[in-house]
Parts: sequence; structure tokens; C-alpha cells
Amino acid sequence: MAEKSGADILIEALTDLGVEVVFGYPGGAVLPIYDALFKQDRIRHILVRHEQAATHAAEGYARSTGKPGVVLVTSGPGATNAVTGITDALMDSIPMVVITGQVPTGLIGTDAFQEADTVGITRHCSKHNYLVKDPARLSSVIHEAFHIATSGRPGPVVVDIPKDVQVATARYEAPGPIQHKTYRPQSQPDAAKIQEAVDMLAAAERPVFYTGGGIINSGPEASRLLRELADLTGAPVTSTLMGLGAFPASSERWLGMLGMHGTYEANWAMNQADLIIALGARFDDRVTGKLDAFAPNARKVHVDIDRSSVNKNVRVDLPIIADVGIALAEMVASWKARGHPKPDLSEWNSRITGWRATRCLDFPDSQDAIMPQRAIRALWEATKDRAPIITTEVGQHQMWAAQHFDFEAPNKWLTSGGLGTMGYGLPAAIGAQLGNPDALVIDIAGEASIQMNIQELATATQYRLPVKIFILNNEYMGMVRQWQELTYQSRYSESYSDALPDFVKLGEAYGWKGIRIDNRGELEDGIQAMLAHDGPVIVDCRVAKLANCFPMIPSGAAHTEMILQANEVSGEMDDEAKALV
Amino acid sequence: MHIKEEFKERHTLAVIVDNEPGILARIAGLFTARGYNIESLTVSEITDDNLISRITIVTSASAPVMEQIISQLERLVPVHKVTDLTAFGPHVERELALVKVKGTGDHRIEALRLAEVYRARVVDATTASFVFEVTGGSEKIDKFVELMRELGLVEVARTGVVAISRGADAA
Repeated sequence: MAEKSGADILIEALTDLGVEVVFGYPGGAVLPIYDALFKQDRIRHILVRHEQAATHAAEGYARSTGKPGVVLVTSGPGATNAVTGITDALMDSIPMVVITGQVPTGLIGTDAFQEADTVGITRHCSKHNYLVKDPARLSSVIHEAFHIATSGRPGPVVVDIPKDVQVATARYEAPGPIQHKTYRPQSQPDAAKIQEAVDMLAAAERPVFYTGGGIINSGPEASRLLRELADLTGAPVTSTLMGLGAFPASSERWLGMLGMHGTYEANWAMNQADLIIALGARFDDRVTGKLDAFAPNARKVHVDIDRSSVNKNVRVDLPIIADVGIALAEMVASWKARGHPKPDLSEWNSRITGWRATRCLDFPDSQDAIMPQRAIRALWEATKDRAPIITTEVGQHQMWAAQHFDFEAPNKWLTSGGLGTMGYGLPAAIGAQLGNPDALVIDIAGEASIQMNIQELATATQYRLPVKIFILNNEYMGMVRQWQELTYQSRYSESYSDALPDFVKLGEAYGWKGIRIDNRGELEDGIQAMLAHDGPVIVDCRVAKLANCFPMIPSGAAHTEMILQANEVSGEMDDEAKALV
Repeated sequence: MHIKEEFKERHTLAVIVDNEPGILARIAGLFTARGYNIESLTVSEITDDNLISRITIVTSASAPVMEQIISQLERLVPVHKVTDLTAFGPHVERELALVKVKGTGDHRIEALRLAEVYRARVVDATTASFVFEVTGGSEKIDKFVELMRELGLVEVARTGVVAISRGADAA
């Protein structure tokens, strides 16, 4: 067999692994790979305008298709610009492989032009990383990288390839199934523990399913099984931000999202439950609030593929290490095999009905100004029949979208949960649109966040991607302003979005259609105009400037100390509260 | 506002890893990134082909943090196995130190006598100095170094702790 260059081996391996799209940006240390890309037509390269956007686009692609996202960037600044997206993918468990160019092996360590210690920098923000110094190792490393990125708890894997290794030759052989020496994630649950969990469910009087992004990662079958198990047991379901869509919002058993900006009913149900079944969720601080007041009377079952998630923040009674989809299948089977009747949860359900009556997501509507919640609701009404894919940036608009946009299916909600990365939504929408060419893809944005990767307007134009950006423009970094209002007596330090561009003209300059919505009367028509246009559209929706996102559990408070209205909040918090994130 | 400290217990871990570049940085970095403490860390290859290393880490942590440290270490791709020797039970811990002492007259004689008590060997001598080699548990070495301080201690080099379980089987 003839030898091939390292660059050709890389392309061959990516092709064998079924990669269809690579998001990237060329540069000196990846020129051989770009030349190999030029000479083939099986892999499509999408040229972004900033390497951070390549990583978020890959995340959007991965989250909406279930396939790994692939990124290709150059050495030095190419790699360091990718670091935020790599960290984002680690925090949200998104399968991603990042190929970085590196200076030639002989120059490593000499402070060469565009040299950065990429494996050093990404060591703790990737699931794993490699520096490949031998082209003969390249094919096995690439295959292994995809195996690690997509199996177990998914995450980003970085492969750093020096330029001389891209040029030097070796043989390419696609390796067989990977049997890694040390990396063997456990996906099969312990049968006895499944049975125990099912018996606990059957005996529970006040059970709650607390679900997370793991269900989405496990695949659509896990969402289907969750619905089946919830139907069999009659237990209500709440979800983290990352898990929205795994359970249909239209179900009578849906409690809404839980946690800091979760619903009254979801948080009270968690607080009063006697059994919590955590499925692919990790008891994040945004979910638990004050730890020693979290679900004080509940026994807790935790199904997670990552052993280190168990007992990290909250002690649980029954940990089950497994792929949550497989665990759900076995729980459904075990429930049926043991002949459990559907429990009578009428007393529990009536308490939940009582909490629902608070109507915690209601907001004071206005005839004139557009309330941001109203804008999200109107967007949902206008698009729900088309099952859109929604991406977001980070801040108030993200929480309002999570609260007021209802999802019926998984892989439709793409948001930066763990890292909270402003600038995520537009590139993620681009990646999602590439993976789902016929889908309606909308980035719900804020006027501050959208400016963090605004250059990607050009990427959508170049590839004729009809993504929509719906900006809730309140002229503030709204979540920062809200916290300043609630904890710093409204001293709005640097949170005003001054010198804003004219988003309509800006969109037009990039070849987009621009629409401005100024008042309540224009809202529905503006949304219809956005949907009617078959190309990319940027909507500048001017909303009420000082609206706050409620309900809200202040940092470090218990689920039961939820704030429903602004007037329940004092103007200055003590130091203990100020020190919490 | 003040930051609270919690109760910590000393544990000795044996971590078997693939001997790949960056593995030590990966492990040491995990400890700093997650705020775990390292009292001592030693590493050496342990197989003929030099492919596997054994890392001994002495750390102190509360029980829940200890559980986290172990599962975070196990999660690293190149890690084969993590054993908490302290939780496992009976095990031997040893450290080696080279201790340089300078002095003449009574101090010199006293240093030599104490070295005998501590079973320290003289591995280098001049008319005005000794280098002692002493092995044992960390406390014994601490104590020996403390005594030498009064008798003309110049400098100390210590290996850090290595440890292995007692009995016929691997832990």
C-alpha cells in the first residue's frame, strides 16, 4: 500500500468516520491539511469568521444532529481562540473533535511564530488531547479521538498536529473496533440497582423525575423511554436547562424547568418530594440552590454515565452508573416485569396543581411596550407547528426563552448551559442549520450577546443559510443589570449597552434582511415577515428595558425562598450573598 | 466575611497510569484545578517496557472530597487504576532522604550517634561534613531532620512517599 501524507491520512480517517462537515479557519500551520481538503469533495468545509465560532457551530451541529462536531484551526491564535468553545463543550458534554495545527516538531518549544502550547492549554478544558509527532500514529489517534469524544460522557477531544507531521508520509489503515487499554466507560447498569430503583418508584408517594442533558445525549430513544416511564408511573417531570425537549411541554405531567429561574411548581415539587429520580443531570448549583435545604425529605436515585457526577454536590441514596437510555429501557422493562400497577398519586398531583395555580410565569403585559416574555410567547405561537430549532445567547433572553418557549422534542434547544458563553447562539444556529437544512432555526439573542460573534453574519450569507436572529433589545446586559438592581441598589455599573449599532442596517450590510419591531402592535406582523423571508433575517425587537426575569431563587437560597416579583427583593445583599455566583 | 475550613484526613493513593507525555501535568493540574491538595507526589515507571507508571499521591481531604478525587482521577483517559491505600487498610509507606550536616567536634559525634539510632547510613563524608541516607515513614524523617537542624543541617533532599499494601496480593 502506498504511503500518504499526514494531511491525506487525516482526511481519509475523517471520511471513514463519516464526517460530512468541518468548521474551520485556515492558517500557516494547517496549510497542508487545507490543500488536502481542496483536492477532495467528500468533506464540506465551512469557513467561519473567528475560530470561537467554529467551535460553537460544531456544538450546534452536534447538539441538533447527535453526530460529533468537527473543528479545524491553525496553531497559536487559532487554537487559543477555540479554547472558549472547547471549554463550553466540556461543560455541556458535547461530542466534538478539534484538529489544531502546530509548528513543526523541530520548532516546538522555541517560541516560534504562532506557537502556543495547545496540549498544555487545552489539557484541562478537553476530555482528552493528543500531540501527534509521528504520521504513522495519526490514523489510530484520529479514530481514538472520535471514540472518546462520542462515547461515555461525551466531550471535546483536541488533536494537535505539527506541520511537518502533516507533510511526512505513512501508511493509512482504518483500525477495527477500538478496544482502549484504559478508557472503558460503563454504559450497562447494574440490574439489581435498576430493580431497586423501580421498587422505590412504585412505593413512592411523592416522586419526581429530574432530567438533564444526558437524556438528549443518549439519543431520541431515551426521550421516548422517559415518556413511557412517566406514563407508567404517573410521576411528574422537571428538567434542567440542558434537558429541555426530552419531555414534551404539552404533557400534563410537565412541571417546567427547575432551579434558579425554574417554575414555582418544579422547585416546590423537588423540595417536597419523597423520591427524586435524577436522569442524566448533575445537581448543578443553578439547580440545587442552597445545598443543605435541597430536597430535604427525598430519597435520591442518580442515573449518570459519569461516576464523578455522583455525590459531587448532593449525596444520593442509590447511584446507577449507566447510559441513561439503557437504564430507562431497563427500568421500563423491570416495571412491567414486576407487574407494578400505576400508583395512586392523586394527593401529590393535587398539591402540584396548587403550586401551578401560582401561575409563576405570568408577567405584567403592556399595550404599548413589548414585554420580552410576550415576544418569546409570540414567537412560539407563530412557529410551534414547524418544530423550530432554537439557539440562544446567554442572559435574560436565554432564561425567558427557556421559560416561555415550549419544546416537544429533543435536539431542538441549543444553549450554553454550564459555561454560559455569550456569543454562542449565532454560530450554533449556523451549525444547526447545516445539519438540518430544512429546519427553521432561530437564535433568540440579546443585543449585547449577539455582538460577541456578530461577524458570523457573513458565514450564513456565504453558505446561504436561512437562519433567523431574534434580538430582544433592551439596551442592557439584562441579567447583569437585574443582579445589580437586586443586590447593588441599582448601581448599573457598565451594564448599559451604549453605542449600539443599527442592527437592521448592519444585517443589510452583510446581505441579510433586517426588520425592526418597535411596539406591541408590530410584534406579530414583524415575526410573520421574518418567517416569510426565505433567507437569513435579523430582527431587532425593542422590548421593555427594565423587565426582570422571575421567578428567581437568589444564589445560595433554598427552593422555597423563590422570588416571584421584583418588589419582594431588598436593594442590597450582605457579603455572604454577594460572594455567591 | 471569612472563608471556612473543613476537616481533612490524610490519604495515600496509588495511581497506575499509561506512561504518556503530559500525564504528570494532567494529574497535578487536576488537583490544582479542582482545589485538591497534594502533600507529596512521586512517579516512576514500573514495567520492563516502560509503558506503565505508578504515581503515589499523599493528599488530605474530607471524605466526600476524597471520593471525588478518586472518581475524577479514574475519569482521566490514561489512568488504569486508582487505589486508596489508606482506605484499603494495612500498607507500608516509605520515604528516602539525603541529609547534609556540617560540623566538628561534639556536634559531629552527636550527629553520627543519632544517625545510628535512626539507622541512617553515611553515604558521603569529609572532615567537616556528612551526607546521611535515611529511609522510613515521613514522621521518622521529619524527626531526624529536626534533630540534625541543631547539629549543623545544611540541606535536605527527600523523595516523597512511596507506598504498597501489605500481604500477598496487589491492592
